[in-house]
This record gives sequence, structure tokens and C-alpha cells, in this order.
Amino acid sequence: MNNEKLQNVAADLVANFGGSVSEFRDQMQVHVPADQIAAAAIALRDSHGFEVMPDITAVDYWPQTTPRFHVVYQFNSISQDMRITLRVPLDGDAPTLDSLTGIYPNANWLERELWDMFGIKAEGHPDLRRILMPHDWEGHPLRKDYPLGYEEVQFTFNYDEIDQRKPRPKE
Amino acid sequence: MTMLERLDVSLDELKHLVSEQALEGDTLLLNMGPQHPSTHGVLRLLLELDGEIIVNCIPDIGFLHTGIEKNMEAKTYQQAEVMTDRLDYLNTMGNNLAYCLAVEKLTELDVPERAQAVRVIFAELQRLASHLVWLATQALDLAAQSVFLYCFREREYILDIMELASGQRMMTTYFRPGGLWRDVPVEFEDSVRWFLDYMPGRIQQYEDLLTKNPIFIDRVKGIGRMTKEQALAWGATGSTARGSGVDYDLRRDQPYSGYDQYDFEIPTQTEGDVYARYLVRIQEMRQSLRIIEQALNKLPMGPFRSNNRKYVPPPRSELSRSMEAVIHHFKLWTEGYDVPKGSVYSVVESPRGELGVMLESDGGPKPYRVKWRTPSFSHIQLLSWIAKGHYVADLVAIIGSIDIVLGDTDR
Amino acid sequence: MGVEQKLGNMGVVTHRLEDLVNWSRTRAMWPMLFGLACCAIEMMSAQSSHFDMSRFGMELMRASPRQSDLMIVAGRVTRKMAPVLRRLYDQMPDPKWVVSMGDCASCGGVFNNYAIVQGVDEIVPVDVFVAGCPPRPEALIHGIVTLHEKVMDEKFANYA
Repeated sequence: MNNEKLQNVAADLVANFGGSVSEFRDQMQVHVPADQIAAAAIALRDSHGFEVMPDITAVDYWPQTTPRFHVVYQFNSISQDMRITLRVPLDGDAPTLDSLTGIYPNANWLERELWDMFGIKAEGHPDLRRILMPHDWEGHPLRKDYPLGYEEVQFTFNYDEIDQRKPRPKE
Repeated sequence: MTMLERLDVSLDELKHLVSEQALEGDTLLLNMGPQHPSTHGVLRLLLELDGEIIVNCIPDIGFLHTGIEKNMEAKTYQQAEVMTDRLDYLNTMGNNLAYCLAVEKLTELDVPERAQAVRVIFAELQRLASHLVWLATQALDLAAQSVFLYCFREREYILDIMELASGQRMMTTYFRPGGLWRDVPVEFEDSVRWFLDYMPGRIQQYEDLLTKNPIFIDRVKGIGRMTKEQALAWGATGSTARGSGVDYDLRRDQPYSGYDQYDFEIPTQTEGDVYARYLVRIQEMRQSLRIIEQALNKLPMGPFRSNNRKYVPPPRSELSRSMEAVIHHFKLWTEGYDVPKGSVYSVVESPRGELGVMLESDGGPKPYRVKWRTPSFSHIQLLSWIAKGHYVADLVAIIGSIDIVLGDTDR
Repeated sequence: MGVEQKLGNMGVVTHRLEDLVNWSRTRAMWPMLFGLACCAIEMMSAQSSHFDMSRFGMELMRASPRQSDLMIVAGRVTRKMAPVLRRLYDQMPDPKWVVSMGDCASCGGVFNNYAIVQGVDEIVPVDVFVAGCPPRPEALIHGIVTLHEKVMDEKFANYA
């Protein structure tokens, strides 16, 4: 991957939108403040030629609250063969972010998943509802304070006691 | 709320997605439910039909959401690899490869040449197996049932080769960080050579049955068009995008595991309909055979796994001779290896498209966050745009052509 | 047969009604297509020509629950899918049987978390559990044959 070009792109982003650059294992990561992400995405798509945005995800750093989440965007340029990652730090328990559906249409479901799994709202999203969990589920599963839901396994030594409290079908 | 009451999603929640005619009763709302022979897996499609023509198509996924990402955070890196097979269950070795590449990138492990060549052979065999299932189910949906039986017969030979090397037909966990779990046995080379002789004739047989068949062409030509710009904007990757003219393949453009040593072509078509995607995948099957042959000819001698004892367990024979080996063995099997802090995003070309793993580590023995960027998730989104204006019968052909696997989508 | 000789050349065979009913139920049991995940691929392999399941009477999988007798739950059942599973089970007409194929359907399998039902016998009554992740097609056929043996032993007194 042409490293020089990528460094120019990263430097350009930091100059226009603030934040910082970090390079780890030959991959460029740019930290961008939360209110600038939509403008940064437009700049990447129009001026630098990153046509595809494969992924939006988040990492939860609970119990640390500032920042609590890092929203990670991956961008890919097919014509110039480059990849870049944008990280947006977010605070608090119910953060909001600008939606990128107007810029990259495939952000639609990716942001729905972000809402479903983390509780990060995308403002301006046309259809924000749960996508992977049932529609009336409470809680956001991928947060670190949400329990795994581990159930005790039924071995022979505790067979009877688990048998009593295991739900059974009515017939 | 009891379990059965939770099923009924009211129309209020979906009012903003369907057109106004649905609310007045002019168009019919049809539920192509999670259990359906033609949705390849548990996919629910809410169709708004004007007669037979689809006005709106709203996919509803999540019926196979297994919480793999959260579950992987609770296990060590070695234990978590077992769960990676179960994501895209038609591309099990490819999932293992994506995970191993991510771990190797984070830990800067070296992978010996022999392991890389065997990884390429198995990744291409897995691509063949996955494309065979795609062809079988697409043909089955379009009522060509003999192709289904032929493809599964060929797939049995590939699964036999996988069982030879790793002991399991599907969920192999054969690739480990640093190389392979164990070396390929002696009969491996002969089996693969026999398969390489046998398979091209079979692919020709499928082409003879389908490619120039007027019934097949009638059902798939001109259906589900997607232009190049739409494909890029909507996040289509892999063969779905190559059917629309996007000339991009991760094996050639961002190569991994030694793919740059092999000579192969990337087939693309320009029309962007179901027929174009069919042609792309058939050609990809032939190119996979080409890659396997080159890798098999080049298969170098040497170790099959890295020697870095911080991450790779020592062989059992060493345990009786060296104290250090015992200490490494103990650490690796009780606590697991500690991976340096940082985050990487590593991609492979799965038969469906771009499969990416974002692995973030906090320096401990368990992954802090694993995100799987799966191609089927983006491709099902495409359905709501591509399917408008087609008949319901065409929808079945379109779903087959975008090659989705619901385990991949819902994780 | 000896019976024919006793009745002369009338060509009449006598047998218990119970055995005939059970025999006819096992020899043409139609499974419902309920493949959810990876086990579904092994079920499709069991259906195809290498490990033929149609020699046991299961020529094709019926998509509609109203026309099937056997539900092979192949794959992991999530909390979102559980009500759908129960509704489909209720829509099947009697007599019906359930085979839980694979580890995930039998006990939750590899996944012990918030999203997976730990064993499909929390939702529907299961007759045969088939272990494996995924079970080989031969293992599934062994499970089907075990189910046939179980059905052959059924008595009228239990459900009439």
C-alpha cells in the first residue's frame, strides 16, 4: 500500500478536522472529534477517492467513562488501493453521532447495529430500530456492563437441581 | 409477554417503510417468513406486493444472532478460534484464516512457507465447496434439481480431503495462529491431484446444463441489475460486485498468505444482473483449481507452524526434555498467550466478499473486542434496493445470486 | 407365510393393527425443512446422493408444516427464533416427532450466552437427540433410524 499517499491523506484530515494520527502495524488510524465525522467522511469520499466504507463498529471501554466508546469507521479506496481507519471517541452512556447514510448508503444497517448492540444513536438516520435482537429487547448486549448470560451447565452432579428449574414445554 | 405474543410486530412500527398504498389496502403485505425453502437460512422478508410485483422489500434479520462477538470476549484467543468456524458455516477455513491473520498481525508472528502454501490450498478448496453449495441452492430454487445433487456429490470429495488433514468435515479449526494445527498427511497430495483431474470435467458438466439453457437464461437474464456505482455505494464486495464490473479482488490487490506468488485471473462481467454473477462464480471455480495446482506444485518442505514458544505450544516430545517447554506449555494451556495492546483490521477474500476482522486487544489473554465485518450483512441490505419492480419469483433468483449465509449476517 | 397356508389360497395376511400403523408411519415420515445453521448443510448432505435419506422414506423435505410429520431442528435456536419454532410445531398435525440435531439444538452447544436457547427441549418436546457439531450425515441417519425404532414400539394405549 502506498504509504506516502496515505500519510498525506491522514495529515490532510488532521489539518482540516482536528484530532491525531497513529500508525500501528502498518495501518493508519486517525482520531477525529465526534462533531466532525460527517465532514471528514465527505472529504474522504470526494477529495481523496475512498469509494467504499466497509464497516462501522464500536469498542466499549467501560468502566472508563471519558471516552466510553470509540466508534471505528473503516474506509477503503479501490482505485488507489489504500485503507484508512477513523476512530471517534464518545463520552457518556447514551451518546449520539451524525449519521452517514446520506454519504455512504450502506451505513444504514451498520448504524442500526451500532444502536442495537451499543446504544449509540445516529442522528438523521431514516429508520433507527433494532436489527439483530428481538424488537422489544431491553438493553444493549455488546456493552461491557451487560452480562454474558452464561447459564449453569447440567452435569450429572447437579442434574436434578437444574432439571427442576429448567423451563419445559407445556405438552 | 408470552413467547407467542412477541411474534406480532404491529404495522405501526413499520409504517415509515411501506408505501401509503399498503395502509389503505391497495397493496398486499406478505411475510416471506423465517422458515422458507428459498431464503437461504432464516431470513424474514416483508414484501409489499402490487399484484405480483414487489413495491417494497424489507428484510428482517437477527433470527440467527448467536452473540459470537460477545462470547469471544469471554474466552482466550485459542478457545475463541473454535467459534470462528460457526460464523459463515460454508467458509469455515476462510473464517479461521481471517482470525489467524489478525492475531498474527497483532503479535507479529511469522508463518513458515509450507503453512502459507497449505493455507492457500485449503482456502481455495473451501471457496470451491462454498461455490458448489451456492450453485446447488440457486439451481434448486430455479427448479434444476439434478444440479443440486451433482454439486453435493462433488462437495463430498472436498470434505473428504478436509477430513483427511484435520479430522473434521466442516468445523475444522485447522489454521492456528503461527501456521497449521498439524502437518498434512502423506495421502494429501495424491487426493488433491486426483481431485484436480476430476473437477474440471464436472464444472464443464454444470456449464453444459445451465449456461446456454434457454429456461435458465430466461429466468436470470436482466434480473436484479446493479450498476458499478451502485455496487460501490451500497457496499457490495466480492463476486457480487465483480458481476457489475468492479475489478477488485483482495487476493490480487491486497495479497495475504503468499497469494502474490500465484498466477490467476479475476473474472468480471459488466451487466450486473443475476446471470453475470453466475458467470463470474463459475469462472472463479476454474481459477481456484488453477491456484490449487500451482500451490501444490510449489509446496515447500519445512515446518508447519512458527517456533515462537510464547504463542505456539511446544510439541509433546519436547516436554520430556526441556524445562522451558514445560513452562511454556503450562502458561499457554492455563492462561493463554498475552497479545500486545492495539487494534488491527485484517481482511480476506471470502467466497462471499470482503471478510474482515477488527481485533482489539488490551494486552491480556482474551480478545477485548472482535468485530467481524461480514459480506452478507451488506448484501442483504442491497435486497431492498435491487428487488423493487421484480416479480416474487425473480426475488428467489436474486436472493440466490447475492449468495448470503445467515450465520455470516447475524453472527 | 404359514398364515397363507392356513387360510388356503385366499391371500390374506393378518397382523396387529398397532404394528401396521407404526410401520406405515415410519416408512413414509416426511421431514419439515427446518434447517437453521451449519447443521442444515449436513442435513442437506444427508439428503443428497452420497448419504441418501430417501431410502428411509424421506424423499423430499416439505416446506409447509401442515404436510409434515417430523421436525428436524438443525442448528442453533436464538431467542428471536424461539416463538417461530413453537408456532411451527403447533401448526404440524398429529402425529409428530422432533429430532434435535446437533449440539446447539440439544443443549446450547458451544454458545452459552444471552442469545441462544440452551436446548430446544425448553420449547418443544424432543424424541431423539443427535450429538455432534455438526453430526456427520451418518450420525443423523442413525438418529432417524433410532426414531423409527422408537415409533415402532409405540402403543395405542398411550395416545388413544
